[in-house]
Amino acid sequence: MRSDKLSLIKVWEITFAGLFMILVWQAVVWITQVESFILPAPLAVAVALFDQFDLIWHHAIITAIEVIAGLALGISAGILTALNLTMSERGRKLIMPALVMSQTIPVFALAPLLTLWLGYGLASKIAMAVLIVYFPVTSTFLDGLANTPKGYLDLAHAMRSPNRSTLMQIRVPAAVPSLTSGIRLAAVYAPIGAVIGEWVGASNGLGYLMLLANGRVKVDLMFAALVALCILTVTIRGMVGMLCNRAEKWSGLTERN
Amino acid sequence: MSLESDHIHFASDQPIHMNTQRGLPPGIRLCGAFSYDERPLFSDLELELLPGAWTCLLGSSGIGKSTLLRLIAGLETGGSFAGSISASDNKPVDGRVAYMAQSDLLLPWLTVRQNVALGASLRRESQDHSKIDRLISEVGLEDYASSKPGELSGGMRQRCALARTLMEDTPLILLDEPFSALDPVTRRQMQALASSTLQNRTVLLVTHDLAEALRLGNRVYAMNQYQLQRFDLPPCRSMRELDDASVMDIQPQIFSALNA
Repeated sequence: MRSDKLSLIKVWEITFAGLFMILVWQAVVWITQVESFILPAPLAVAVALFDQFDLIWHHAIITAIEVIAGLALGISAGILTALNLTMSERGRKLIMPALVMSQTIPVFALAPLLTLWLGYGLASKIAMAVLIVYFPVTSTFLDGLANTPKGYLDLAHAMRSPNRSTLMQIRVPAAVPSLTSGIRLAAVYAPIGAVIGEWVGASNGLGYLMLLANGRVKVDLMFAALVALCILTVTIRGMVGMLCNRAEKWSGLTERN
Repeated sequence: MSLESDHIHFASDQPIHMNTQRGLPPGIRLCGAFSYDERPLFSDLELELLPGAWTCLLGSSGIGKSTLLRLIAGLETGGSFAGSISASDNKPVDGRVAYMAQSDLLLPWLTVRQNVALGASLRRESQDHSKIDRLISEVGLEDYASSKPGELSGGMRQRCALARTLMEDTPLILLDEPFSALDPVTRRQMQALASSTLQNRTVLLVTHDLAEALRLGNRVYAMNQYQLQRFDLPPCRSMRELDDASVMDIQPQIFSALNA
């Protein structure tokens, strides 16, 4: 069973790994004597992070809003799609091929289009995150709904359960572990979508800040924004992981499988 | 357990319709042929469940016992059946069947109590709370009513599944090797519990365990590749002991019918 619980040992491991990375980074800077506008030293990045905290914080909040809104909308849309496709075989035959084919379009290539349609504000970035989150959630949940243990369905049949009850009371709970694996993926993908959206056209957000800092050769600020993005992603992934763990624990399906 | 004096008043050699007048559940009759992918699995089959008593379908693994049970339960079999399944009261069999399988099929996200009440919940009927409580204590799980199946032992889980089956309150009970995954002692306890709680129901028990069939069956069908052979055992109210004289003699006969 996978666990996102932060035990003390795990906290130590993460801290140690982080310190080790920073040491390697510092060592590379010392040994190669690389110019600071190519690779700033960790300390310089820390200073930038500290000095420009308000600026970075402002942009991080914007990105966080985009990511969380994108996740919420994308996950909801994915769940609704999977439920509807499970209920209707005709819908499945009609929609599934289109859904799978849509995945051949690189989502990133749509970013300029979304900016054109939805403007430079939050909407285009949220849409980007939704697009990137939607498919993994839909497909994993759909898969889970299609693979309900046969015995449960036999039981429901013998109990003369209406299809709707079987779906909501048996197939959905039994598909929780599949859904949560999709949601875990979504939590990692969503920030990518938001940042790409910001690169293409924005006046706010960490992606925008990185481009801005890059253009002005403020490489230390760019790295600081990158660090903030990492922290944001890890935090969101951690919180989503905790929720997923709770849902899995409730479903009772993880211990035995 | 004394047996001699405990005769229940059903008569296997009487026509089935006689019994329905006494409020007994109906007997079930299945006859026909069954095939998988055009390949006949069994032809000319005849299986008759005694009304209000236990019929055991005995045979080695993979011989198609469960398929017969699934046919009666109206479940997916993957093959095609040509023939009829009828109840002695001429009402449809569908919808009057409760099903219990080898795996307890308890939903792990529901409590024991919710699992017992599952049928009504699925059909969106109102819950009979006092009956739920009575059945939970009848199977001895009153201290675990709000536990989830993951916290229970295999025997307790099967007892919960039995309570769920009883909750359905159907005249026909189909048991597909429900005790075969249990250890011998627990299995024995479950057999006794099932035999006392499922009195006056028409029960079909599918099993590969000769001892189990002899303990519980009023009628035993021995199934081999070619045919079903019927053995009617002397009636008794509760579970039989294996050294019971009434079944001692018949054991070798059933055994050879299985091997034929």
